[in-house]
Amino acid sequence: MPTPPGPSLHRSRSPLADPRWQRARLDEVDLAGGRGDVTESHGDFAAAAEAALGAPLSATGIEILQLNLGRRCNLACVHCHVDAGPDRKEDMSRATAERCLEVMEASGAGVVDITGGAPEMSDQFEFLVRGARAAGRHVIDRCNLSILLTRPYAHLVDFLAEHQVEVVASLPHYRKLSTDRQRGDGVFDDSIVALRRLNERGYGRDPKLRLVLVTNPVGAFLPAGQASLEVEWKRELKRAYDIDFDALFTITNMPISRYLEWLETKCQTEAYLRKLVDAFNPASVDGVMCRNTLSVGWDGRLFDCDFNQMLEIGLTGGVPGHIDEFELEPLARRRVATGRHCFGCTAGAGSSCGGATT
Amino acid sequence: MSDTYYDPADLGKFAEIADHAPEMGKKFFEWYGEVFQDGALSTREKNLIALGVAHALQCAYCIDAYTKGSLEQGCDVEQLTEAVHVAAAIRGGAALVHGVQMRKVADTLGM
Repeated sequence: MPTPPGPSLHRSRSPLADPRWQRARLDEVDLAGGRGDVTESHGDFAAAAEAALGAPLSATGIEILQLNLGRRCNLACVHCHVDAGPDRKEDMSRATAERCLEVMEASGAGVVDITGGAPEMSDQFEFLVRGARAAGRHVIDRCNLSILLTRPYAHLVDFLAEHQVEVVASLPHYRKLSTDRQRGDGVFDDSIVALRRLNERGYGRDPKLRLVLVTNPVGAFLPAGQASLEVEWKRELKRAYDIDFDALFTITNMPISRYLEWLETKCQTEAYLRKLVDAFNPASVDGVMCRNTLSVGWDGRLFDCDFNQMLEIGLTGGVPGHIDEFELEPLARRRVATGRHCFGCTAGAGSSCGGATT
Repeated sequence: MSDTYYDPADLGKFAEIADHAPEMGKKFFEWYGEVFQDGALSTREKNLIALGVAHALQCAYCIDAYTKGSLEQGCDVEQLTEAVHVAAAIRGGAALVHGVQMRKVADTLGM
C-alpha cells in the first residue's frame, strides 16, 4: 500500500516554509576557498552572470508563459521546490485565468507551460488548456503521472490527447528504489501504469502526442549527461515495461523549500551550494529560462521564474509586478532578479524547465 | 602529519602528486580523464566497473570517488551493490578456483 504523503512545510509550521529564511540560509554560506575563478564573485550570481554574458542578465523576450496554478498536489515529494501537497489549498481564480489568456495574446508567447503543484487539480486547468489550444498555442502540462490514476482526473489522458497537450512528466529514475525514495512509496508503480495508459493513447508513439520524462537527481549531486541518460532510460523502460517516450530532461535540484529541508537534515547545504557554485558554467548563462519565460503565480503575481516565485523574489527595475498591470515592452526587456539559488541553473550542463541548456 | 593514514580531504590533493614529476603527472591525468569518457562503454558503465575494482583493491579513496561518480551518473544503490557483488564474487572465486591447483598437487602426492 502506498504511504500517505507527509505534511508540507507550510502545514507543519517549519521556519523553512518562510522564503526569507531560505534566502538568508543560502546567503550565510561561506563560499571562500573554493575554485578560484568562481569564488572571486563570492557567490554573487549577478556578477558571475554579467561576466559570462558581458552584460547584466536580462530577458530577451517572452516566448514562454509559465503558469503556476497553485500548490495543490496528491504527492509531497522530498525535493519539491513548491512545498506542494494534499494539505495545500492555494488555487488560481477564474478571473486570473481569464487574464492569463489575455496576456498570452498580448505577449505573443507561443508556448503556455502549465505547472503547480499538480496543475490538473486546479479548477482552472481545463479552462486554460482549452483557451490556449483554441488560440493555437503549444501547451505543456507538467504532470506527476500518478494524478492520472486518481478518480477525479482519470479522464485527463483522453483530454490531454484530444487537445494535443505535450506531457512533461516527472520520473526521478527508471527503477523503483530511487523513484519511491524521492516521491513516496508506491509512486513508481503508479507512474508505470500511467505511462502505459499514455502510451496506449498514443503518447510517446504518435509524433503529435509528445511525452517527455524529467529526472531530478535523487541526492545531493548534479544530474548526469542528459543525452547519455536518455539512451539508457529508453532502453531500460522499453526492456522492463515496454514503455516509449520522446525525450528525457535532466533538471538540477534547487536548494530551496523541501529540498533545502532535506539538505539541512543531511548537513549538506554548504557542500551542495559549493558544488553548484564550483560547477558554474559560463556557457550555460545564455540559455537560462528566465531570459525567454515569464512566470505567473496562482494569485497573478509575475516573476522571472518558478524558483523566484517560490522564494518570493519579485520582478526588479520597476516593471509591472502583477498580471493585471501587464505591459509587454518593459517586461520583455526586464532585468532579471537573481540570488544564490540561481547557480542551480548554471551548474554543469545547465538546467531549465526544458532540461540541460548546453 | 595527521594521526591516521586515510583522511577524506586527501583525495582532493591527488593532483599534487604531479608537483615533483610534472610530465608524468600530466600524462597520467590526461590518460585517466580520457579513460572515463563515453566510448564503446558509457561513462556510467565505466564508473560501475571502477566501483567494483575499487572494492577488489579496497581503496578507500576510490570507493569514495566512484560511489559518488556512479550516483551522479544516475545509478541507484541496488545497481552499486550488484557491482560490489561482482567484485566480491571475482575475489572469492579467484581464491576458490585455485583449489584446482591444490587438487592437482594433492593428486600427485597423495595415494
